[in-house]
Amino acid sequence: MTKKKDLIFSLILLAAAIVLVAVLDRTLPQTGIIMTVLKKGCIYSLVAVSMNLLNGFTGLFSLGQAGFMLIGGYTYAILTIPAADRASVYQYFDGGIVQFSIPFWAGLICAGLVSAALAWLIGLPVLRLKSDYLAIATLGFAEIMRAFFQWDTLGPLTNGSNMLRKYPSFTTLMFPFIVAAICIALIVMLINSSFGRAFKAIRDDEIAAEAMGINLAHHKRMSFCISSFFAGVGGALLAMYQTTIQAQAFKSNMTYEILLIVVIGGLGSVTGSVVATFLFYAASEWWLRFLDSPLVIGNFQVPLLRSGFRKVVFSVVIMLIVLFARQGIMGDHEFSLSGLMKLFRRKRKEASAK
Amino acid sequence: MDFWSKNLPYLLAGVSVGGQYALIAIGYTMVYGILRLINFAHGDIFMVAGLVTIYASTVMPLYLSIPLTILVTVILGMLIERVAYKPLRNSPRMSVMISAIGVSYLLQNLALYITGGLAQVYPTIPFISNTVTIGSATTKVVTILTPILMIVLVVLLIQLINHTKIGMAMRSVSTDFETSRLMGINVNRVISMTFIIGSFLAAVGSILYFTNYPSVIPTSGGMPGLKAFVAAVFGGIGSIPGAVIGAMLIGIVENLIKGAGWTTFSDAFTFVLLIIVLLFKPTGLFGEAATDKV
Repeated sequence: MTKKKDLIFSLILLAAAIVLVAVLDRTLPQTGIIMTVLKKGCIYSLVAVSMNLLNGFTGLFSLGQAGFMLIGGYTYAILTIPAADRASVYQYFDGGIVQFSIPFWAGLICAGLVSAALAWLIGLPVLRLKSDYLAIATLGFAEIMRAFFQWDTLGPLTNGSNMLRKYPSFTTLMFPFIVAAICIALIVMLINSSFGRAFKAIRDDEIAAEAMGINLAHHKRMSFCISSFFAGVGGALLAMYQTTIQAQAFKSNMTYEILLIVVIGGLGSVTGSVVATFLFYAASEWWLRFLDSPLVIGNFQVPLLRSGFRKVVFSVVIMLIVLFARQGIMGDHEFSLSGLMKLFRRKRKEASAK
Repeated sequence: MDFWSKNLPYLLAGVSVGGQYALIAIGYTMVYGILRLINFAHGDIFMVAGLVTIYASTVMPLYLSIPLTILVTVILGMLIERVAYKPLRNSPRMSVMISAIGVSYLLQNLALYITGGLAQVYPTIPFISNTVTIGSATTKVVTILTPILMIVLVVLLIQLINHTKIGMAMRSVSTDFETSRLMGINVNRVISMTFIIGSFLAAVGSILYFTNYPSVIPTSGGMPGLKAFVAAVFGGIGSIPGAVIGAMLIGIVENLIKGAGWTTFSDAFTFVLLIIVLLFKPTGLFGEAATDKV
């Protein structure tokens, strides 16, 4: 019964969010600070959840997310630039070799598929590694991708180290919200299926999982490919949001940021990742902005406040969370009605016990 | 003959860069040997050392600023271990690694704040910045000095590890953490010592490395750090001679690739090497095979 209640509660929340997004789209300026936070929040929460699927639910410590976002973003951009604009985008490469374009939705799906396909390929060798070796190998893979996409010889396809632009993008918040919501819903459904439970079994104890008849190699590969699929879609959304894309920007620091978001939200909690993403971008882009501008109260110049201080404070907060609140916001729990009720009941009990 | 005269400058640069990577790689390999931790912040400690030299040399002469750089770097390395890694000693290895990534993020943002996002011009250090001509190549003295200094330091370090009490404690802790503790070895002191040595070598490496570059930016440490780590893995993590050989190889091949006109791939090569090594000899050239106990 509680499961059904929880589902209804989640659906109501989702419906409320859709209405809220529709209202915000009509009332707020599209380039305002709040919109930036919300749009980035939607895009990165998808990427964070995809990373959590791998790191938090399957226990595969991968640091290749930026690489897969790069592949997704580039696939989307390459396939969807209108044929008429190709000559101007690929001006150094005679209009490039791709001379057709596909609609944006097909581009998004292709972005995911190409990412997943490459993940399958790289997974063949890399997934045999364990813990930190896997981390460093996937990090290396992301760096190789970054170099590869900037290679001049591939210029007719990737435009070398020049940026890609003029592909279809979005202006409303509704678009990234809906895409991210659908993808995250798919991930949640996967996690709750028997297939997803196998992932969790692998995370908790590989040897026990294998003894229970779970095909380790197959499940690890699937988790890696599925995670990369959604990272690819996230990369495509990011490309749409930025309206231009350049391989140079997909550094390992991007992966680190996403990893920190996942850790703040709680490894193994989808809702945690989503909440943490919005908090992360709200804090770094909006709430802590004041730290970046000098402030004078009366005759007193508040010390330390100048450009860049925001990021310092921010990273100190992150370190504190990593050190002292290791469970993150949600631990490995999910946000739900029954969870909320339990929390209230416990609070009340504590209050009456006093 | 033609090959030699054409590639000599790149070869020299490779040997030099390799020596600098080796100095960083030793820090990685020692920390990994003892704590089983990829110290992601090590590359950033290296970058901070570069910045300290820059700021110190604006207010004091070089013979003071260089020792100061080394001192500050060593203290920083120790401090990071105390604050960010020690509280997590009994947590899963991944938590410590995440903490290391957090420290790296913090150091970069701190550097960004202090420098104001501007590239800081590295001071010209007399003597080692002078140019010399060897055969067909013109290069700086630092190119010749790096491998020599590196070898001297490595020999000293190996003496320290093989013939002193603290060295013996280090070997013992890296073999078996728990048993060493039971045997009365002060594990925390050994770990601090490891970080001191690692940071010291990183500081020396940074002085040699940045002399070849015009300036330091907050992300300067990232790439050399990762490459040095790959060098450590290649040589077999935990093995100091292995790290040196791995670093030399990466430095030389990387520069030969640059010489062949494939600059875009000089960084990617390192990671291709990493993936190949991990596949065919996961424990590296000189690493000991590890077995998983159920």
